[in-house]
Amino acid sequence: MIKRTLIAAAFTLAGVTAASAEPLIWGVDVEKFEYRLGEQNGNAYAWDFDALVGTDEMKFVWRSEAEYATDERSFEVLDNQARVQIPVSTFFDGVVGVLASTPKGPDRFYGVLGLHGLAKQWFEVDMDLYVSNKPFARAEIDYEGLITNRVTLTPSWEVTLPLKDDPVIGLGAGGIKSEIGLRLSYDLVDRLLSPYVGVHYESTYGDTARYRSEDGKSRDATYLVTGLKMLF
Amino acid sequence: MKLTRLVPVIVIGIGLLPPMTAVQAETYNLTVDQVTIDTGDFTRTGIGYNGTSPGPVLRFKEGEDVTINVTNNLSSSTSIHWHGLILPFEQDGVPGISYTGIEPGETFTYRFPIVQSGTYWFHSHSGFQEPDGAYGAIVIEPKGREPFRFDREYVVQLTDAHPHSGSRVMRNLKMMPDYYNRQQRTFMDFLSDVDSKGLEPTLSDRADWGDMRMMPTDIEDLQGVTPLINGMGPTANWTGLFEPGERIRLRFINSSAMTYFDIRIPGLQMTIVQSDGNNVQPVKVDEFRIAVAETYDVIVQPKEAKAFTLFAESMSRSAFARGTLAPAEGMTAEVPMLREPPLLTMADMGMAHEGMDHGAMAMDNGAMNHGTMGQSGMPMGEHVMQDGKMMSGMDHNSMGQGMSSTNAHVMPDGSSMEGMDHSAHGGMAVDTADPFYAPGSGLTPTAYNDGKFLSYADLKAQKPLYPDREATREIELRLTGNMERYIWSINGVKYADADPIVLQYGERVRFKFVNETMMAHPMHLHGMWSILDNGNGKFDPVKHVISVAPGTTVYTETEVDAPGQWAFHCHLSYHADSGMFRKVVVEGGPNQQAAASGNDILAGGVQ
Repeated sequence: MIKRTLIAAAFTLAGVTAASAEPLIWGVDVEKFEYRLGEQNGNAYAWDFDALVGTDEMKFVWRSEAEYATDERSFEVLDNQARVQIPVSTFFDGVVGVLASTPKGPDRFYGVLGLHGLAKQWFEVDMDLYVSNKPFARAEIDYEGLITNRVTLTPSWEVTLPLKDDPVIGLGAGGIKSEIGLRLSYDLVDRLLSPYVGVHYESTYGDTARYRSEDGKSRDATYLVTGLKMLF
Repeated sequence: MKLTRLVPVIVIGIGLLPPMTAVQAETYNLTVDQVTIDTGDFTRTGIGYNGTSPGPVLRFKEGEDVTINVTNNLSSSTSIHWHGLILPFEQDGVPGISYTGIEPGETFTYRFPIVQSGTYWFHSHSGFQEPDGAYGAIVIEPKGREPFRFDREYVVQLTDAHPHSGSRVMRNLKMMPDYYNRQQRTFMDFLSDVDSKGLEPTLSDRADWGDMRMMPTDIEDLQGVTPLINGMGPTANWTGLFEPGERIRLRFINSSAMTYFDIRIPGLQMTIVQSDGNNVQPVKVDEFRIAVAETYDVIVQPKEAKAFTLFAESMSRSAFARGTLAPAEGMTAEVPMLREPPLLTMADMGMAHEGMDHGAMAMDNGAMNHGTMGQSGMPMGEHVMQDGKMMSGMDHNSMGQGMSSTNAHVMPDGSSMEGMDHSAHGGMAVDTADPFYAPGSGLTPTAYNDGKFLSYADLKAQKPLYPDREATREIELRLTGNMERYIWSINGVKYADADPIVLQYGERVRFKFVNETMMAHPMHLHGMWSILDNGNGKFDPVKHVISVAPGTTVYTETEVDAPGQWAFHCHLSYHADSGMFRKVVVEGGPNQQAAASGNDILAGGVQ
């Protein structure tokens, strides 16, 4: 509410009148909120959402991604980012921000530089460079394939490429971690609630895979997933 | 319903003034209230006037001075704009341009003379109050005789009620521009296209659209509406009664936030007699399209004692409004099915030229000339499209019609066609094509019975309102937008970042609207008339809303005869609010105090 008032005040200062005061843009886009059923590395809860507030010119985004292993009762992944998105082209925003990675084990903090937008042929793309003394790069591509106007098949692919070794958290330089998903959702209430089922396949390569094995985990794992996509 | 509902107090000029010269001064009271809107499909809270949405029909007389007390019973600021009325700018009701608005609990008194007649409407110009229900009709009785007869009349006010509040709709569109589009092309459509057109053309068509990141189904930003007639949904079935043989005047007003309607009354021919409040030379049509915020007055004459359905389909066929004309309450007629949703074509993307050139080239190769093209009824088939690529997804039927309109006044680039002598092109005359759509447009309407569909080109003023003269200058307004970000703008600049358009009192300005977006935009200039250049010279029709179809260029002229500052915007609520809006400042002109005849007509203030 305070933020809203401040932004409204900013509009007023900028000389924008009531006829043109553009409403604040805000919303929460929960791409994944799911339970993963897996043989190799046990079951897990996972989420991936963006909560945003801002204007056409600048948006503040809280991006949160997590995996909580039910057997170990601990977060395998817990990443929270504060991101600022500014349009850089018709379809893309530039991103700067910070990432706090705080799963079980040691914490890591990174600066974020990236691009977020819609590529040709309707691919939603995130490309981010996570900067620290142990940097990594990540790309994520989603495609919403409409089977009907309410049933959507969404393939997704996320690739993480460690640029330097960080063995303590299981990342080996050049050792890619890939996550491929295929989720079939149904828009139950508008686009507010869309339950889905799907598969999620994680695989690791190179030193990253080796660290995993040493940790007693499988290099790759397949999960059946069920969850809720939400937009509000 | 409150007792305060419209109490006109007639104050007749005192003394010995003969009635002919008596200036009527009437007072009207409106309250702005939170109301419940029941569409039959859903019930929601909204905003209305005197306890109802739509508000009461305000009936004015040409020549009277009106006083309208507007009391704001809401908890937020409000305003009323008198859509289409010519009045002093302080009375125009646009917060931030005409005045500061009406705060909660306040009563604002509007005072202005009624200098015109016809069908108009009023609505809030604050936030999303209009989509939330804050609208009503205005009917102004003329001083003199009208050039058409009728035995009874009805206001038919359309709107597109949505279960979501306007602010939520706006937010959802910003989060996801296709949030409400449930007519998108799917994998199922892909399969059926592969079946009917072949794999390669289908893939190539999908690739062309995907390359632009645009959708051919992007016709209505807001689906999921229940269209209402005078506040009544299709099941409530608004009914207008008649005696067989009577001439009924229907005053159509499109008060929708976002929805264009195609209107027909199966079994009855309609005679268009007014457009945006101004008399036009009568045109008999079977169907017409009403853009958002336009009005059309139509005369029908049912001769049989039976019911007729009044059917208004949304432009992308996602919803319909339905009413009935009948000799008795409770009678109904068949309600038609919604027709197939149209698809935009590359022509609507402003690529008509590229496409058309290819097409024309192919025709020349085929030893056809344009003259025979126009007359031959267009036997255009797949074979013409030698390059196939851009055209593969096009609707070849409407393409054919488009091709025959090579003499169209309105061309996508607008450049070479200006000032053409239309009569000289009689040989390749347009029969069915509507020159106000891009040649090959997917939006070009056709009548349900293959009869006459009204075109802007058919509108001729009954009596010119202004002498015809050369415009003093031209102002180009490119209608622009970014659908993915849901930002709409003019000349690439949205309102928040734009300078006002400055006009000089006494000049005649020619506006060139170049629609570079894939949507139709109903452009509304406040305070002054827009004379639509449709090639009829001094009989060009006089309007307050000009719909500019995608991929077209449309010209209007305005006699700048109203000092002050005015709003100028796309009347699609969510386009106006996301930036397709300008302030117009008219410099110079008569002293405004003097113009107010030394009295306080202009003063209208908070009591």
